[in-house]
Amino acid sequence: MMSHRGRTLTGWGVVNLLVILYALIPVCWIAALSFKDPSTLTDGNFIPREWTWANYRGIFQTSEFTRALVNSIGIAVIATTIAVVLGTMAAYAVARLRFPGKRVLIGMSLLIAMFPPISLVSPLFNIERVLGIFDTWAGLIIPYMTFSLPLAIYTLSAFFREIPWDLEKAAKMDGATPAQAFRLVIAPLAAPGVVTTAILVFIFCWNDFLFAISLTSTTAARTVPAAIAFFTGSSQFQQPTGSIAAAAVVITVPIVIFVLLFQRRIVAGLTAGAVKG
Amino acid sequence: MAEIVLDGITKRYPDGALAVRDFNLTIADGEFVILVGPSGCGKSTTLNMIAGLEDITEGTLRIDGRVVNDRAPKDRDIAMVFQSYALYPHMNVRDNMGFALRLAKVDKAVIRTKVEEAARILDLTQHLDRKPANLSGGQRQRVAMGRAIVRDPKAFLMDEPLSNLDAKLRVQMRTQIAALQRRLGTTTVYVTHDQVEAMTLGDRVVVMRGGLVQQVGTPQHLYDAPVNLFVAGFIGSPGMNFLGATLEQNALRTSLGDLAVDDRLRRLLERQDAPRELIVGIRPEDFEDAALVGERRTGQACTATVDVRESVGSDVYVHFTQEGGPAGITELAELAADSGLADTGMRGHRIVARLDPATRAAEGSPMDLWIDTSRIHVFDPATGANLTHPERAEY
Amino acid sequence: MSPPAAETEAAAPSAPGRRGELSEGARQERRLGLLLCAPAVVVMVAVTAYPIAYAIYLSLQRYDLRFPDQAHWVGFGNYGAVLTSPFWWQALWVTVLITVVSVAVELVLGMALALVMHRAIFGRGTVRTAVLIPYGIVTVVAAYSWQYAWTPGTGYLAALLPAGSAPLTDQWQAIGLIILAEVWKTTPFMALLLLAGLALVPGETVRAAMVDGATFWQRLWLVILPLMKPAILVALLFRTLDAFRIFDNIYVLTGGSNDTGSVSILGYDNLFTALNLGIGSAISVLIFLCVAAIAFLFIKIFGAAAPGGEPERR
Ligand SMILES: Nc1ncnc2c1ncn2[C@@H]1O[C@H](COP(=O)(O)OP(=O)(O)OP(=O)(O)O)[C@@H](O)[C@H]1O
Ligand SMILES: [Mg+2]
Repeated sequence: MMSHRGRTLTGWGVVNLLVILYALIPVCWIAALSFKDPSTLTDGNFIPREWTWANYRGIFQTSEFTRALVNSIGIAVIATTIAVVLGTMAAYAVARLRFPGKRVLIGMSLLIAMFPPISLVSPLFNIERVLGIFDTWAGLIIPYMTFSLPLAIYTLSAFFREIPWDLEKAAKMDGATPAQAFRLVIAPLAAPGVVTTAILVFIFCWNDFLFAISLTSTTAARTVPAAIAFFTGSSQFQQPTGSIAAAAVVITVPIVIFVLLFQRRIVAGLTAGAVKG
Repeated sequence: MAEIVLDGITKRYPDGALAVRDFNLTIADGEFVILVGPSGCGKSTTLNMIAGLEDITEGTLRIDGRVVNDRAPKDRDIAMVFQSYALYPHMNVRDNMGFALRLAKVDKAVIRTKVEEAARILDLTQHLDRKPANLSGGQRQRVAMGRAIVRDPKAFLMDEPLSNLDAKLRVQMRTQIAALQRRLGTTTVYVTHDQVEAMTLGDRVVVMRGGLVQQVGTPQHLYDAPVNLFVAGFIGSPGMNFLGATLEQNALRTSLGDLAVDDRLRRLLERQDAPRELIVGIRPEDFEDAALVGERRTGQACTATVDVRESVGSDVYVHFTQEGGPAGITELAELAADSGLADTGMRGHRIVARLDPATRAAEGSPMDLWIDTSRIHVFDPATGANLTHPERAEY
Repeated sequence: MSPPAAETEAAAPSAPGRRGELSEGARQERRLGLLLCAPAVVVMVAVTAYPIAYAIYLSLQRYDLRFPDQAHWVGFGNYGAVLTSPFWWQALWVTVLITVVSVAVELVLGMALALVMHRAIFGRGTVRTAVLIPYGIVTVVAAYSWQYAWTPGTGYLAALLPAGSAPLTDQWQAIGLIILAEVWKTTPFMALLLLAGLALVPGETVRAAMVDGATFWQRLWLVILPLMKPAILVALLFRTLDAFRIFDNIYVLTGGSNDTGSVSILGYDNLFTALNLGIGSAISVLIFLCVAAIAFLFIKIFGAAAPGGEPERR
């Protein structure tokens, strides 16, 4: 008979295993599909009988996917950069400075965080056509950075609040202007928060589907999630399953890497804005 | 080094809280002034106004004869030591101490020599390249001091700089700060909660309560001639004992018996139109074991039952309970709250006497006590004013 | 944060808020604050406030993209058309059903997951990392994974079903699968929010309850959950609003066929399939109103505190 401690350990082992299976099975399934040979794609087996790279070779041969990948990376990186820069400025002001209209800013970002994107799709569709930015990178970067700004402001202001207020007073006493206090004392301390926020914002932009299918019409700016939905099989009678699975795996890899590298920070960032305050 | 003049300084926070009212004080060049008072009395606020970290609502602040109300902290040439030390965690000790000079665009070589000089004074030389997180509490405190002295500013402001240290280190650092200040001769304003620090460190002490200055004076003066109940109770440890008293023909009738009123005191009381109901204050050391006093001095004997006897070696503290202490006096209630006495839930009124270690006092048995009536204080319960020392507070 | 009704800084009349009386420092601070916020505010106003106003304007027009010249003012005609159409009510019903069921399931599952992450004796880091994968993965990718899993002939899950069944083509089964996909993807986020709330429950209090003889369930129900109420409400508010906007999963799993479309799908279809900008905009505005009503309900009735508020003193 097992000791009490042994039983507890086994119990936790089982629980942990269940959680990990829960999280990984759908991901493993799409990865398995991507390695299946077209002939065995529809055999309903979880594990491929024949492993092949054909699907990956297939998607990288057409510009449809590579172009979308470039769009996805470019748009997400630019939108993240802008959102984090603007968000850092605003979050510092919200966390640290006294100025009129602070509450308006907080209320407004809250409102936008709750905003249903579909409500913006129709007017933006029309406005962007008039402005000539429909189906361009700018056409997606603008809504992405807007919708990620509240996230950036919340997360960053929570991080800023954890930096002791006395440090800034000390900097002032040492003769720093507010701008110097920010650049030399606060910014270096806030760097981890900024990295975390950048990751969260990147995931947000990377993830979007609705804007990506609504505000694009060609491969000029279509990102991978939207492109996947428009994949067609190589012939009319062939389903694009293998290609979709391969493309899905390709865009999942960076996320998995982020999660593995920055697990602690992502958790801190996700919860910082929501629980404090 | 500079003279600092606070003239009618008032602070009202944006939420309406009136934190400091009409603060007047002239701090002489090179003087060491202590601000002391219970929590929330406006000490930090006053200090922050001098530093320029808080706006002054009313009044003028002059440093070296120049009005600096509207000057940013960096233009006041003042250094501050914070309770939390506020060391920059991402810079090593050297960079922390040199930060102000770096901002002032001082030559790098000069910064280096100044920092090393300060480090030598504070015994930090071997820690110069470490980060604050890796230092002990006392070392961090010294770095915070070093950051201030490197700049050779007009004045030092310190907000409870020792309160994060343990008791032993605190005593050590206290003497170090006193020595350092004397050596540098820099005008210093020091905020503390702790009345022992207040008594031992400063040239002059400012006692505050509820945003109002109560009394300003040398530590000894505050001890000997407190202007009111609050200062009397706040300064000294253990604090002054208070008893309700009724003024009779030639005596003050208290629960400890009749205390004789001498001519000087009678004249003082008459001149000030004293009411019949008064409060008498007796410091613990103005009691003595009657058996040890003999006939040599005039005073008053009384009898009380000892509750607790505490020996600290050089002295013996004797606690006893009296029925019906002075009630309904806000100052006393506040003092009790500040020292945590209000929460002990003890009934009756505690009296503490400090006796010669030769005393035979034993717990649970009655003893004869002698009171030095020439040193008692008499207060007006309505105003709290000390009738024994009616002089105005000296500024 | 207290609701905006609480005193604001500008509301103290006698404070030195009057212009010209501020010291140099305060003026500088003010200027810097406004300067730092300006870009974010400009972007947010330009990209949301103006478009939503424009959406309201569009929703009052008859505007068919195939005949843009014939656009004309119809007042509340589009709203009348939407609100009397069975499609709107069907979509709203599906959306509410999906929202309520998935949020309820997520709350229970998320709480369990949070407790596991909080109490696990070992493998805590691994579990947390694993749990972040559903959060981070692109919704469309996950949706395809589920779709293929349930497609007869292709999927490992479909293979477990009796022959001839095609769950994604049946309304109820499809809604169930949509909820499953939604729950899988967002439970980890819920769990992380709850875990943060759990971390704020003082361990001493829970141990005290243990000493008082409370069983696990009593501790959870009588001590932990009440103390976590603020965190739970915030998590619920976030997830409810998020679930109400559901689009990606439905688009991929069923495309909204067989009466499984949400209100977002309905708006999208009117815009891009029917090319009716007027009706599409009216639906957009109605969805916005629904979301505002949900947020109002949470904040006013349950007293959920909006996150990211100001600290006590600046
Ligand atoms: N930023 C602020 N806004 C509003 N009121 C404040 C602010 N800072 C301080 N106060 C109030 O002003 C009063 C004085 O505060 P202050 O910090 O100066 O007290 P203190 O004497 O330093 O107390 P302690 O010994 O606890 O540090 C308190 O009643 C406090 O509540
Ligand atoms: Mg203070």
